Amino acid sequence: MSPDTSTLAPGRLAAAAPPLREDLRLVADMIQGGSRVLDVGCGNGELLSYLVHAKSVDGRGMELSQGGVNSCVRNGLSVIQGDADNDLHDYPSHAFDYIVLSQTLQATRNPREVLHHLVRIGRHAIVSIPNFGHWRMRLRLLVEGRMPRTPSLPYRWYDTPNIHLCTILDFIDLCEEESIAVERSVTLDDLGRPYRLNPRGKLANLMAAQGLFLLRGRN
Amino acid sequence: MTTIVTSSTSVAGLVASEYDRPGYRLTVEEPLALDSGQSLAPYAIAYQTYGKLNADRSNAILICHALTGDQYVAEPHPVTGKPGWWDILAGPGKLLDTERYFLICTNVLGGCMGSTGPAELNPATGQPWNLSFPVITIGDMVRAQKQLIDALGIEQLFAVIGGSMGGMQVLQWAASYPERVFAAVPIATAARHSAQNIAFHEVGRQAIMADANWCNGDYLAHGVRPERGLAVARMAAHVTYLSEQALHRKFGRNLQNREALTFGFDADFQVENYLRHQGMTFVDRFDANSYLYITRACDYFDLAAEHGGALANAFNNTKTRFCSISFTSDWLYPTSENRQIVHALNAAAANVSFVEVATDKGHDAFLLDEPEFHATLKGFLDGCAEHRGLIRR
Repeated sequence: MSPDTSTLAPGRLAAAAPPLREDLRLVADMIQGGSRVLDVGCGNGELLSYLVHAKSVDGRGMELSQGGVNSCVRNGLSVIQGDADNDLHDYPSHAFDYIVLSQTLQATRNPREVLHHLVRIGRHAIVSIPNFGHWRMRLRLLVEGRMPRTPSLPYRWYDTPNIHLCTILDFIDLCEEESIAVERSVTLDDLGRPYRLNPRGKLANLMAAQGLFLLRGRN
Repeated sequence: MTTIVTSSTSVAGLVASEYDRPGYRLTVEEPLALDSGQSLAPYAIAYQTYGKLNADRSNAILICHALTGDQYVAEPHPVTGKPGWWDILAGPGKLLDTERYFLICTNVLGGCMGSTGPAELNPATGQPWNLSFPVITIGDMVRAQKQLIDALGIEQLFAVIGGSMGGMQVLQWAASYPERVFAAVPIATAARHSAQNIAFHEVGRQAIMADANWCNGDYLAHGVRPERGLAVARMAAHVTYLSEQALHRKFGRNLQNREALTFGFDADFQVENYLRHQGMTFVDRFDANSYLYITRACDYFDLAAEHGGALANAFNNTKTRFCSISFTSDWLYPTSENRQIVHALNAAAANVSFVEVATDKGHDAFLLDEPEFHATLKGFLDGCAEHRGLIRR
């Protein structure tokens, strides 16, 4: 975990770092300063840039969209074009202290395998998922009899990239089955603010729009 | 013992003396151990520089040229008078800013613009080397370049940058001398030559050898040059540097200065005329035997084979920061080949960025005005310069 001093960010850039979105702030809070971080699905590099500049991490990113990759690299971030299904195999075990997969697991072809790669490559994995058990989902399906659309899952059934949706309880079950330790979990509302609810309880599974988990492989 | 021979201007404390082209020439007396098992001594490395080396010698960028390029990156070519091959990127205030960086480009070993190659005199015989010149590799080219970097007193290059065969040299530098390379930018390249790459090179070589004026490589003694063979080699290669879309956009089926087909074998089509022109102008500035040797060096390139078959081993524990760039319409060194480099760098847990630039300009895109490519390169270099502590002047 000792940071290479050559990767520490210069102060000029740190001052320019914009405030972070609320849910990303919660992710950032789970990450120790000066550590090695891989952000899978890093988008335009909002979280990565914050981590590099404000927390002095040795940060790398992976992003599927060309526009996202280009804007990251243009801003001096180390980002490659790739996706969680295809491009995690090559990384050696424990190459990073933290590997982040934010709101992306549900869009992978093989979430179980991706999850295994995450806890293999990272000493810790930080995963957030949209909660399909949220009351809005249940209500729309129950009352209207149609596929739910919400602020966090806005797509229609035929154009959604989210092909493997689950509830918070489903996700915790999978971690248990796969011997992945859930070290911390936080449930969030529609705006990404944390709930004070037991994340393993039925109420959180009904009320939370997202779940955020700090994971660790057990081997 | 190393002797520095330069043209009338001096650089970085090097001694000025005679050289009949713009730029400098380093003559090395110690033998260069070649991958073939042979050794070469003495040998010369012709090079050109732009900008000033800073006090702590930390702002040097080595630019590696492609197959038929040379050291004239940012100034008119001494033979053709055309602008430098990377004039679009290199110069004062440009992306490779000569007010900020000290740019170095060497003519590769085996080349024909002043570095030791088959057209130069073999000091042992007083005759041109021709085919008695030893077969050289990308590794040999880089070993020779390292002699120059040592002679210039540069402990660590800020960056090594190159496209195509230049990208192979970048990879070789990063693998052979990782501590000497702060940042590496391999562009539109591959860690090994594919069967298709070798095949196209073989077509070019056979075209040269089929020219009666090649004289089994001894054409200089006969006072002739295999210009037709070399021109055909260039024409075939030139097609591989473009893309179908680019050719179509540029030429379509347009006729060359005529209203109708002539029902003959003149250059009816503009594309034919263009290729003939490319071939004809190429022979003015390039030596046919050099073409054989340098294409061979590319064909022999296989960085994984040098490292037990696993490309990742070439980059184990590297601290170098990499930026790999490919182009969507490049079918000579396609994105898949570049991505293999990236995967190997990931497997070595290296610091790597990778961007595939969408363009229809084919392999040659790295030489052209491609804003997305330039923005990527600029972002990467600026980020590296901050980490390296290079202050903008």
